[in-house]
Amino acid sequence: MNGAHDLGGQMGFGPIELEENEPNFHADWEKRAFAVTLAMGATGTWTLDASRFSRESLPPDIYLSSSYYEIWARGLERLVVKYGLVTEDELKEGRQKAVVQPVKRVLTAADVAATLAKGAAVDRPQSEVARFKVGDLVRTKRMHPEHHTRLPRYARDAIGTIEAIHGVHVFPDANAHGNGEQPCWLYGVVFRGPDIWGEDSDPTLTLRIDLWEPYLVPA
Amino acid sequence: MSGHDHDHDHSELSDIELRVRALETLLTEKGYVDPPALDELIETYETKIGPKNGAQVVAKVWTDPDYRSRLLKDATSAIAELGFTGRQGEHMVAVENTPDTHNMVVCTLCSCYPWTVLGLPPVWYKSAPYRSRAVRDPRGVLAEFGITLPAVKEIKVWDSTAEVRYLVIPERPAGTDGWSAERLAELVTRDSMIGTGLAASPQQAKESA
Repeated sequence: MNGAHDLGGQMGFGPIELEENEPNFHADWEKRAFAVTLAMGATGTWTLDASRFSRESLPPDIYLSSSYYEIWARGLERLVVKYGLVTEDELKEGRQKAVVQPVKRVLTAADVAATLAKGAAVDRPQSEVARFKVGDLVRTKRMHPEHHTRLPRYARDAIGTIEAIHGVHVFPDANAHGNGEQPCWLYGVVFRGPDIWGEDSDPTLTLRIDLWEPYLVPA
Repeated sequence: MSGHDHDHDHSELSDIELRVRALETLLTEKGYVDPPALDELIETYETKIGPKNGAQVVAKVWTDPDYRSRLLKDATSAIAELGFTGRQGEHMVAVENTPDTHNMVVCTLCSCYPWTVLGLPPVWYKSAPYRSRAVRDPRGVLAEFGITLPAVKEIKVWDSTAEVRYLVIPERPAGTDGWSAERLAELVTRDSMIGTGLAASPQQAKESA
């Protein structure tokens, strides 16, 4: 979706605010928001793509004025309601009023290390031949889907070259919306700066973007 | 948030603090989260997983040519050799800076970052100023980090749109011949592995020590 999250190439946000010896968390609530988000992800109720979609679906004014852990917390509020684990009423009051919906698993402290070390790989067996090979010229599609997508706006309808073939990976556009993994070929595509930004581009800039086959057509 | 909250139980807590507290309480009450697991998650990223992991990888690349070859061919496996695996590092790619090329990593769409080797991303990495500008004006961004690169150097910007995570291997600083991997690792800053910095010179390391 064309949400506020799709920031590449936007202007006017001012200088980057750097902090010497920055801590991981700036407040206790950030730690809790972080951990609750990970623990709820571990219940297996939604996919990582669905959680990204929840965050990017926040109203633009809220997205842009919130710190990142606030975005996580607000995204999680929407997920737990959307997936029926919690009612709006319960969220408002902060206490249980409705029945507990079973979840696939609950992460325990003893499982944390193994769960993190295992991760969740998204590569899948290759059942079809890749449409493109390294060196092929491709054009990204012109598209403005309302659903989740990982083709940034700045890189749509642009010509690039296949530089890497990463394998067959879960397709976020489908997996974010309960439509299954629909795995497809993922490519590393290189774009010349001027092909994205026009003649004012830094001529020494090249961009690498990881793009799934459905985003691409032969150029 | 309102600074004039008359609910005295909560008068010192901000809106977001209240919301997160309510969320955690509710999810705990309903049995979806186990509080000790939350503490363990926080503890892990506070103490066990951070940029020192990545610095070990880089220092090994600088001192072990066979390891460098393995890493450039299959970074996920080579990084796993050092024990760093899992969440937000399932599909690693290492990109090497050279005299002709500088690599810089961003996630314009969210905050994708190689947690297994760098830990959690700093606030600036997740912020609109960095995410918006890194892909369009990397030299301007680098200037804010105090870095000026030769005008002819190619700048490769990697936008982490998929689950592939990128680790930049910075150039080995001059004047470090014969250094051990342990000593070299101290020169490898977090930012140098994102590409918004360079590895510290022996002189810089001495000054900051």
